Amino acid sequence: MQELINRLKELIADGTVVRAIGWKKGDMPYNPEPAYFEKPEDFDDFVYDGFCGANLSKMMIEASKLEGKTAVCLKPCDTYSFNQLIREHRVVRENAYIIGVACRGKLDIEKARKEGIKGIKSVTGIDIEGDGEVVFDTIYGEKKMAYSDLMLDRCHVCKGKDHVIFDEVIGESKDTDDADRFEEVRKIEKMTPEERFAFFKSELSKCIRCNACRNVCPACSCRKCVFDGTKFDSQQKANVDSFEEKMFHIIRAFHVAGRCTDCGECSRVCPEGIPLHLFNRKFIKDIDDFYGEFQAGKDPEAQSPLTDFTFDDLEPKDAVGRGE
Amino acid sequence: MQKIGVFVCHCGTNIAATVDVKKVVELVRYEPGVVFADDYMYMCSEAGQEKIIEAIKEYGLTGLVICSCSPRMHEKTFRACAEKAGLNPYMVEVANIREQCSWIHKDKEEATKKAVILARAAIAKVNLNTPLQEGESPVTKRALVIGGGIAGIQTALDIADAGYEVDIVEKEPSIGGRMSQFDKTFPTLDCASCILTPKMVEVNQHPNITLYTYSEVEKVSGYVGNFDVDIRKKARSVDFGKCTGCGECQTKGPLGKIGNIPSEFDRGLKNRPAIYMPFAQAVPAVPVIDRENCTYFKTGKCGVCAKICPSKAVDYEQQDEIVTVKYGAIVVATGFDIINLDKYGEYAYNECPDVITSIELERLMNAAGPTGGHLERMSDHKAPKEIVFIQCVGSRCDDDKGKPYCSKVCCMYTAKHAMLIKDHWPDTNITVFYIDVRTPGKNFDEFYRRAVEQYHVNYIKGQVGKVKPQPDGSIIVQAADLLDGKQINKKCDMVVLAAAIEPNPGVRKIATMLTASIDNNNFLTEAHAKLRPVESPTAGIFLSGMAQGPKDIPETVSQAGAAAVKVVGLLAKDKLKTNPCTAQCDTLLCNGCSTCANVCPYGAITYEDVQVNDHGLRETRRVAQVNVALCQGCGACTSACPSGAMDLQGFSNRQITTEVDAICR
Repeated sequence: MQELINRLKELIADGTVVRAIGWKKGDMPYNPEPAYFEKPEDFDDFVYDGFCGANLSKMMIEASKLEGKTAVCLKPCDTYSFNQLIREHRVVRENAYIIGVACRGKLDIEKARKEGIKGIKSVTGIDIEGDGEVVFDTIYGEKKMAYSDLMLDRCHVCKGKDHVIFDEVIGESKDTDDADRFEEVRKIEKMTPEERFAFFKSELSKCIRCNACRNVCPACSCRKCVFDGTKFDSQQKANVDSFEEKMFHIIRAFHVAGRCTDCGECSRVCPEGIPLHLFNRKFIKDIDDFYGEFQAGKDPEAQSPLTDFTFDDLEPKDAVGRGE
Repeated sequence: MQKIGVFVCHCGTNIAATVDVKKVVELVRYEPGVVFADDYMYMCSEAGQEKIIEAIKEYGLTGLVICSCSPRMHEKTFRACAEKAGLNPYMVEVANIREQCSWIHKDKEEATKKAVILARAAIAKVNLNTPLQEGESPVTKRALVIGGGIAGIQTALDIADAGYEVDIVEKEPSIGGRMSQFDKTFPTLDCASCILTPKMVEVNQHPNITLYTYSEVEKVSGYVGNFDVDIRKKARSVDFGKCTGCGECQTKGPLGKIGNIPSEFDRGLKNRPAIYMPFAQAVPAVPVIDRENCTYFKTGKCGVCAKICPSKAVDYEQQDEIVTVKYGAIVVATGFDIINLDKYGEYAYNECPDVITSIELERLMNAAGPTGGHLERMSDHKAPKEIVFIQCVGSRCDDDKGKPYCSKVCCMYTAKHAMLIKDHWPDTNITVFYIDVRTPGKNFDEFYRRAVEQYHVNYIKGQVGKVKPQPDGSIIVQAADLLDGKQINKKCDMVVLAAAIEPNPGVRKIATMLTASIDNNNFLTEAHAKLRPVESPTAGIFLSGMAQGPKDIPETVSQAGAAAVKVVGLLAKDKLKTNPCTAQCDTLLCNGCSTCANVCPYGAITYEDVQVNDHGLRETRRVAQVNVALCQGCGACTSACPSGAMDLQGFSNRQITTEVDAICR
């Protein structure tokens, strides 16, 4: 972490960048938050550890409009989102200095809570370098968990340890992929339509429409969201039934289909723990099945199956058969 | 608030028999915006239209909903009627309660319920309709015909004779197409080249026709009346201006007359050299060098053809050339081929040289063909004495292997082949295995009966299970005689397969470039199967010949003429009305993501940096701009746009969601 801080300070000092985007300490040891750093003293609060799961690429939409370059710390999976934003002309590549930061999987405090770990005072073993256990110092005494048991689900289906776009990389990343990415989707596909509807109805009933999923999503980068505008009568509309409002998530999934890089931020930030990534992942699986494997954001120049028209496009009737 | 009039048509009993028209009127009367509702026997009739005009005047209607047949039938009629009464024609919506309701339902109660729902959706939409203005666009008075077979030739000649300039693009080195490969034509048995070559010559000499042979359409942009087409003229390697067509290069080349490349024209039954004209009467009579197979292009050594050419016409340095030409109309006449028989192992086509396709038989019987017109087995060059014809090889198939349709011409050409063989070699026995013999057409059944009654061709209703080549060179055909209920093992010397026809495989790419729709079998779709059979649903695109569906030569020629008349009708106009239902971008909502431009099939969307004032926030933004002249209103951009900035006039997102809401109410 110190190497990263030193390098960022150096970049600001030599005028390469005007500011940096990273994480600063939160009110708890497990909730650092995204922040801008400009002056040397800003870095006193800088932190980069296992709990720094936030994908900072979306912040570059506004940052790249500012005067001068901005350094941004991106984990390998965040770089896919950044590429997707380049493709959609939402960030200005020239105004970004991308520091590829190392990652060995990010942590989920909910996993610790499930183990009954409460009253946390401090946490050790969450540094980017180490590979030991995570030790919680709590008001009830010391608790330990294996690093990988504490990891976010998304990190078990890691896209790989390589940054797909960067100006420089600091540190060595680890590939933490040890699960089947589409296992959960397959489980849901096997349900009967009634079971499936009941499953999502029950999950989505927890939604409080806090919009965190939308606000964090790098693909949800519209200047004005269709749910916020008056143009579509969706904002002021009275709901016909309790499920109608939950259509928000389904519409959102359609809007990001083919553009979602599966960064998993939606599920990470959901205060109700709704597995929102499942919608997106179902689309990704279908796209893979119908049109051949496609990873949004891997290559900003690549043709995208849903958002590019070519003369060789597969006819829908030919595509659909492939999914069966 | 709109003042909407709803008019429900009985369409005789077409609608009224399954939809309670009076009830529909009663139920929609109190829909929001509706001030008047009525029904009538035939809304499209003079009297029906008069009723509409009166109501517009009496009730000051601002919008109309006509519950009737498909808008493809009478939308135009009702729009014109509205205009006559001083209403903007785009304030009219048609609720299709015939094709989408009365014709497909039996239960009157259910159908009535659905008709009301469809009417409600249209009413909800009209409430949000706004008057739209049509624009005008000029017409380029030149037509393009893609494909130089008999269909393309006839279309081009008819357009040219009407006084308009027309270009033919043909991918082969010569025009003539499939017909030039045939020997004789049914039902009159006149020689194919004798009737085709005069037309080829006429095309070549016509002052209004320009030929682009050995050329392909590379790119199409624009719209009806104003297409821009890039044509790739492939390097012929022979100078058009210098070549006299003497043919020395082909006969005196390194391999003499023989050549070592399977001739496409002779379906691989004969070889050709790398520099070649497909056939003697080729138009233009200028050879091409097949660069893939030419020794000079492969190794850099040889150059014999250049040396022996008396007029020094061979030019190895020639490059492909791309020309861009403007057209007002485009005719697709890309023709057909027969299906690949690889999947049909049971017929032993790939295994035995004496199992041939009908088109190969055409070449074998043609005096200019590989055997000089002597029918012989390709294996031992002996004359066959026992020939079996197998019909419907891949036609009328219900599995994925073949085609579901009837290829239409096989019954007739097989009868033709049988009679021609019997005429020349009367001691030959001929057996035809068929599913059905289909001979509708002028003098067609008489023709077939002649084969059976006068020539004693043995027709057996039954399907062939297996064709088994024998070690002694004979062939055994295993089949079931469906009428006798017997198994047959027929020994013969030659088997001729009536392979299914399919549209030229290149048509898919062309259809996509033209945004002309094609059906499941890759045949081009008509704008209306009965009433607009030679027009594509895409304006300015016309259909000629087999590209639209299986047909014989007389039908092809008639269709070619019909397509030409439609083209001439278009080119005769000085100005066209443009469709106002085009996409529009809400600059303040646009993210500048380019998704709309990436999905636009017409290249109608570009991006520009513009100054915006977003509720006081002034900044420069990259936003989408629609070229309304190019936009066809397909709506691809509106569904791809994540922020809803793209919207289609006349079919706005709001209108569509309102319709859905009305249906789900």
